[in-house]
Amino acid sequence: MVDPAKNLSVEIYSDRMVTVLVMFSIFWSVVGMLAGVYAAAQLIWPVLNFDLPWLSFGRLRTFHTNVVIFGFGVSALMGTAYYSVQRTCHVRLFSPNLAWFTCWAWQIAILIGGLSLLAGYNTSKEYAELEWPLDIAITLVWVCFGIVFFGTIAKRKIKQIYISNWFYGALIIVIAMLHIVNNLEVPVTLTKSYSLYAGAQDAIVQWWYGHNAVGFLLTGGFLGMMYYFLPKQAERPIWSYKLSIVAFWAFTYSYIWAGPHHLHFNAIPDWVQNLGMLMSIILLAPSWASMINGIMTVSTAWEKLRTDPALKFIVLALAFYGLATFEGPMLAIKSVNIISHFTEWTVGHVHSGALGWNALITFGTFYFLVPRLVGAKLYSVRLANIHFWLALAGTILYIVALWGAGVSQGVLWLSLDELGELRYSFTEVMAAMNPYYLLRFIAGLIFLIGALLMYYNFFKTIIGRRTIAVRPPVIAEAVA
Amino acid sequence: MNAYQLHQILEKNIGLLVFGILFVSAIGGLVQVLPSLFQESLQTATENTKVYQPLELVGRDIYIREACSTCHSQQIRPLVAEVQRYGAFSRAGEFVYDRPFLWGSKRTGPDLHRIGGKYSDDWHRMHLINPRAVVPNSIMPAYPWLADRLANQDQDIEKKLRVLQMLGHPYTDEEIASSSSKLEGFTEMDALIAYLQVLGTAYSGEES
Repeated sequence: MVDPAKNLSVEIYSDRMVTVLVMFSIFWSVVGMLAGVYAAAQLIWPVLNFDLPWLSFGRLRTFHTNVVIFGFGVSALMGTAYYSVQRTCHVRLFSPNLAWFTCWAWQIAILIGGLSLLAGYNTSKEYAELEWPLDIAITLVWVCFGIVFFGTIAKRKIKQIYISNWFYGALIIVIAMLHIVNNLEVPVTLTKSYSLYAGAQDAIVQWWYGHNAVGFLLTGGFLGMMYYFLPKQAERPIWSYKLSIVAFWAFTYSYIWAGPHHLHFNAIPDWVQNLGMLMSIILLAPSWASMINGIMTVSTAWEKLRTDPALKFIVLALAFYGLATFEGPMLAIKSVNIISHFTEWTVGHVHSGALGWNALITFGTFYFLVPRLVGAKLYSVRLANIHFWLALAGTILYIVALWGAGVSQGVLWLSLDELGELRYSFTEVMAAMNPYYLLRFIAGLIFLIGALLMYYNFFKTIIGRRTIAVRPPVIAEAVA
Repeated sequence: MNAYQLHQILEKNIGLLVFGILFVSAIGGLVQVLPSLFQESLQTATENTKVYQPLELVGRDIYIREACSTCHSQQIRPLVAEVQRYGAFSRAGEFVYDRPFLWGSKRTGPDLHRIGGKYSDDWHRMHLINPRAVVPNSIMPAYPWLADRLANQDQDIEKKLRVLQMLGHPYTDEEIASSSSKLEGFTEMDALIAYLQVLGTAYSGEES
């Protein structure tokens, strides 16, 4: 690194919208998780629905998933993509004004989108529930995101495009493709549309989207985060460059096929289900390749885990990533899926990814990022450590509770007595869920309290400071 | 030139990289999803499957608005226990007029694909106003506001049918013209119940 003061380049990185995106990301995480915890409580105490349309479980759950994925997740991805693409290319963002536009337009879209879901404007296609005007608005912001990102890469000073940018690039390209195809719908009014596809075909398109929104947004996008911030924080280069090449292309190729495992034994063709199952199992390899690459990168820096909360979060996130990407292919096997489909196990699986992987790696990255953005020390390392243990406890408790719930449901629903009659009524099985739901609610609450501690910690770190100016290193051209 | 050297070209050229990502990620969809969109059997209605009547369609859109599919699936798998619990397993041809599909992914409550005709309208009304009045352990939210809103409140039924007609649902122009009058005097509660009562009734399971 060259001392920025001696740097002759006048250009500085545009980081101010990164700070804004990080803060919005945390804000949405709190709002989204609060909705999730509340919805979890409604499953124990249905009186909490208060007979209010906008507070009823169906609408609130939709609000929860959308705010968490698109508010918390995408704001974090956009912010970290802008931060890392500048530093891996040694140039300022292409069109900072357009980047500012994407930053604010996205927040407004989430706000209006979230409220519209509570108001009942809902297409009911999972994770694509927003109605058509918002679909179009999101597409426009996304295209601008792509222009800023790829525009920055196009004017880079480093010849080689770094690994994290492949993943962020795949996020932008593939999500655009999925979003547009899945949301093709014919408007009736401003707030109502009908899907271009019907029945079984709609189902196939929807889960091609649904699974790959998980794939390229929650997996691919966050792997981009991992490939930049893990080596940074560990102060080690990525363990194997070649492995990351194989992992990236195998991931990009095989994820797309896995969607039909959401429709096992449903009314779609067998060959589609079987192909979906096969590719889901194959997917384990590229998923774990990135995990191994990440873990091995830290392998000579384990002692840092004692003192560094950011790295602790990132490494733990990789462990949960490994767990979730192992569990996923297992659940995609038809004979396992018979038990798990339609149960809480699926919800638990999603949260082992969403809490354990997405949230933890984002928290770790933010603990790295926020002090650097404002040029200060983190307000309290102690609070960050408490957050770490709360996040770990919350995630584990959540997963275990829903394993219990899901396996019970799956087995009890299918259970027949000696005469071949159903052994349990639906309501009997439902009543048995109560203790698990209570555990899940507590788990979510613990996780949320941790996130609030982080919010407070960052607030104290940032308050009264501004985003500092950082210049690209001048040695870049000599190296390239 | 080995594969690694080939990749070095790719990782230094953003145009090639973007094209590579688009190409590699598109293959799955082209091979797996696209053929399904042209598969005749997935868009052929079973014998008794009919388009939704105006009141039923309004009910279905309420089901969508309240996100009922969050907790209720409409998909009975061909498993012994499932057929015993819910009825004949679901056929693709029963869903050809479903835009969007409402198969769901979670059974917090029971499957509803063959709920039609299983309970009386009055049972459904009591259940929707206060689920715990008829199912003591139920954790379902109550939907009392449906009884206060008129089925034709949004005045958009003709537009809806017009769009569906354009998409190939066999509604006649007369049916569309008279659709508004078919909703008169009904509440959203009536509409939702009409929809629930028609669910899964096109197929008895005795034919095969």
